[in-house]
Amino acid sequence: MRPEWTGFVGNKWDREVNVRDFIQKNYTPYEGDDSFLAEPTQNTKDLWEMVLDLSRKEREAGGVLDMDTKVVSTITSHGPGYLDKSKETIVGFQTDAPFKRSLQPYGGIRMAEKACADNGYEVDPEISEFFSTHRKTHNAGCFDAYNAEMRACRSSHIITGLPDAYGRGRIIGDYRRIALYGIDRLIEDKQDQKNSTGRVMTDEVIRLREEISEQIVALKMMKEMAASYGCDISKPSTNVQEAIQATYFGYLCAVKEQNGAAMSLGRTSTFLDCYAERDLKNGVFTEEQIQEFVDHFIMKLRCIKFARTPEYNQIFAGDPVWVTESLGGMGVDGRSLVTKMSFRFLHTLTNLGASPEPNLTVLWSTRLPENWKRYCAKMSIQTSSIQYENDDLMRVTHGDDYGIACCVSSMVIGKEMQFFGARANVAKCLLYALNGGVDEVTKKQVGPKYRPVSGDVLDYDDVMDKFMDMLEWQADVYVNTLNIIHYMHDKYCYERAEMALHDRDVKRYFATGVAGLSIVADSLSAIKYAKVEVVRDDDGVIVDFKTTGDFPKYGNDDDRVDDIAQEVVHKFMTAIRRHHTYREGVPTTSILTITSNVTYGKATGNTPDGRKKGQPFAPGANPMHGRDTHGAVASLSSVSKLPFKDAQDGISNTFTIIPGALGKEDKVFSGDIELELK
Amino acid sequence: MKGRIHSLESFGTVDGPGTRFVVFVQGCPMRCAYCHNPDTWPMDGGTMIEPAEIIEQYEKNRPFYKDGGLTVTGGEPLMQVDFLIDLFTLAKERGIHTCIDSSGIAYKENNAAFIQKLDKLMPLTDLVMLDIKHIDPEKHKELTSQPNDGILAFAKYLEKKQVPVWIRHVIVPGLTDDEKYLYQLGYFIGHLSNLKALDALPYHTMGEKKYESLGMEYKLHGVPAMDQKTLLVKKQAILDGVKAARKELENS
Repeated sequence: MRPEWTGFVGNKWDREVNVRDFIQKNYTPYEGDDSFLAEPTQNTKDLWEMVLDLSRKEREAGGVLDMDTKVVSTITSHGPGYLDKSKETIVGFQTDAPFKRSLQPYGGIRMAEKACADNGYEVDPEISEFFSTHRKTHNAGCFDAYNAEMRACRSSHIITGLPDAYGRGRIIGDYRRIALYGIDRLIEDKQDQKNSTGRVMTDEVIRLREEISEQIVALKMMKEMAASYGCDISKPSTNVQEAIQATYFGYLCAVKEQNGAAMSLGRTSTFLDCYAERDLKNGVFTEEQIQEFVDHFIMKLRCIKFARTPEYNQIFAGDPVWVTESLGGMGVDGRSLVTKMSFRFLHTLTNLGASPEPNLTVLWSTRLPENWKRYCAKMSIQTSSIQYENDDLMRVTHGDDYGIACCVSSMVIGKEMQFFGARANVAKCLLYALNGGVDEVTKKQVGPKYRPVSGDVLDYDDVMDKFMDMLEWQADVYVNTLNIIHYMHDKYCYERAEMALHDRDVKRYFATGVAGLSIVADSLSAIKYAKVEVVRDDDGVIVDFKTTGDFPKYGNDDDRVDDIAQEVVHKFMTAIRRHHTYREGVPTTSILTITSNVTYGKATGNTPDGRKKGQPFAPGANPMHGRDTHGAVASLSSVSKLPFKDAQDGISNTFTIIPGALGKEDKVFSGDIELELK
Repeated sequence: MKGRIHSLESFGTVDGPGTRFVVFVQGCPMRCAYCHNPDTWPMDGGTMIEPAEIIEQYEKNRPFYKDGGLTVTGGEPLMQVDFLIDLFTLAKERGIHTCIDSSGIAYKENNAAFIQKLDKLMPLTDLVMLDIKHIDPEKHKELTSQPNDGILAFAKYLEKKQVPVWIRHVIVPGLTDDEKYLYQLGYFIGHLSNLKALDALPYHTMGEKKYESLGMEYKLHGVPAMDQKTLLVKKQAILDGVKAARKELENS
């Protein structure tokens, strides 16, 4: 065994690249409480003060403090950057200075130019010229291949948020591999992979060989980048500080080269705890020092920034990076994967204050240790910064070493990846079904010229029939558009850094998504259980509805409408599954428009459920605002009925509650102990 | 028999231990000045619902109530004691934790028929949250339009039956925050051997809007909400009374 691994056990992970095996054989489950956690050090406080100061300046400057307009960002394009070198225990910024946004034109030069222009900067004309004339971008490739129908769907927003002008994101490299094995070993492994490809040079084999070569280049550059910070990551990490640093460098390389819609971190905490436990045992570091490393790591993750346009920020309601880190969960052997490091990660919310980034996501199981559950609840109440996901549901599909990309997309770390798929606006699709493919806002014939509904009162069976036909069409154009996007992204904006930290043969999920599910469910329920009359404009296009009578609404645990929601999801997924997907991607769908529900609402006309033109959709799989009238459990039950097998890319529900409604404060309520009862 | 129900809440977190399914019954003889559910006062109205229907709704979402259970509040639950017996019989058959949130106003010592029914209900009841509005008979009448002798007798009855009890007390600035009476309250409940917890509830003004929308006069208009800091001081007065009573019990 290598000297860096002294103290670790196992005889599989040391022979092959297998981080999960390492974790399983070396981690220490923690069932205790949060009393061991350490306060922030003075250095941590000083550094965080500097970050807050920069954030303040950035706000005052209108949202962007500095942008690189001359240097195209690569893993090694920029020299080292620091806040205060003497105080940082974990180092590395995307460019040579904190808060300076990098220039990433491979997704699309126009987007890069616009992001600069909107913030008062100008991309070096030579770079613009180069990426317009000599080097094609992902964006240019997509538009070369799009057909007229795809363009029409894109501009009418029946398919929306397509990643055809920027990085698709949603790929998580197994950044832990760098810490465990060192870059040199990973390069060897990749060379073996390259030597193991098929001998007949089919398109697939040629592409794979070229990609692995790119990955090897990226690995070499990672080593070089780390060296510029004075760190040697060619060999395995020897302690927890080095392990955190190496893991972070891996992630940093990814965000230096990809301005993706969601750049997530993975599932690092329990892995890193193996090092922390070893160091504590050997007296290498104290708890306070280890917490400092974690605080500095999280601080760096909070400083990840991208150059983006106001339109992009509008879709995503802000400037999110989705540095999602998955914490906890249960192992398939029944042991909890909660370690002290899981606590330390959440503790950064206390030491540095609440923050939406990194997106700390607790993989929840009913069987998690009680102390961990209590700590999560406490931190949720204090900071509202924790996301929860159902580990009991996802473990069945993905095992116990998966992570979440963005908000809900689950994938096995280093073994699975995703082609991110934007959204199909199914509420708009329902309106297209009523109007025979004519867009209710622009009045253009966007969809196929199917027969529109006739008469003044909508008939459920007739509408459902037409809606299913239109859904088929929508799925068809949607999947084909995505096929083009992912083909071009692989070709012109390949994620070499992230894919270098994957196995050779990855499982690719072909993700799709729906927006407007609760509107469709309520609209169809209105048509079925109440009386819905249509209002046509002068052109004969249905633009409004008159609904008389009450109808069951999604979000009240009422099967009459919840069944409709399930059926729509199932039918949509069935339609998606019928299509050819790029690189044999496994089709999935998600119901998770957490932030873009406002934008989608703007582009969609009046709907039969009573929602007015322009009004926001409900986020994700949430019931429409104010329509769930039977309390939270009934509302959650409606959502939980949606079938995971038909929405395997995730179902999200945004749940807001005032702390007082969650129970009594300890101080107000006196139980047995304080009353001194016998 | 069917219950006259005001509403059902699937996610109750402040009406007993854990997350609970909460049944709000329609109808209450009390007219507490600070009541925040005046719409549950009238003895008519509401919806008639079968106990089995409520249990069915509970069962549908049973995983949510793993550490909780079923609470009946109102309105005044004990005005519908036959319904409660039927509901709790079904609940106990299924191992559901049952709780009644009551003011005790329905309790009449001399009403043998009522006591007989209560005797039947209590073994089906895991917890009673008894809301004592005021310990002083006169003040109680001013505040609620009803006497409190029956209520205090109900507390004794519960002790005799050894039904676990939480005492709830709403602390309203200027009305129920006199520490003399709070101590007396504590002294009284401290003698109850079945007392499990004290729930001091801060008065809030969120009910006022309801009165407005119902076209009713709000008697406490202008009374400020109880702040957390004062609440803790007031709660301590009750606890002091509890402790004094406990000491006496020990010495006797």
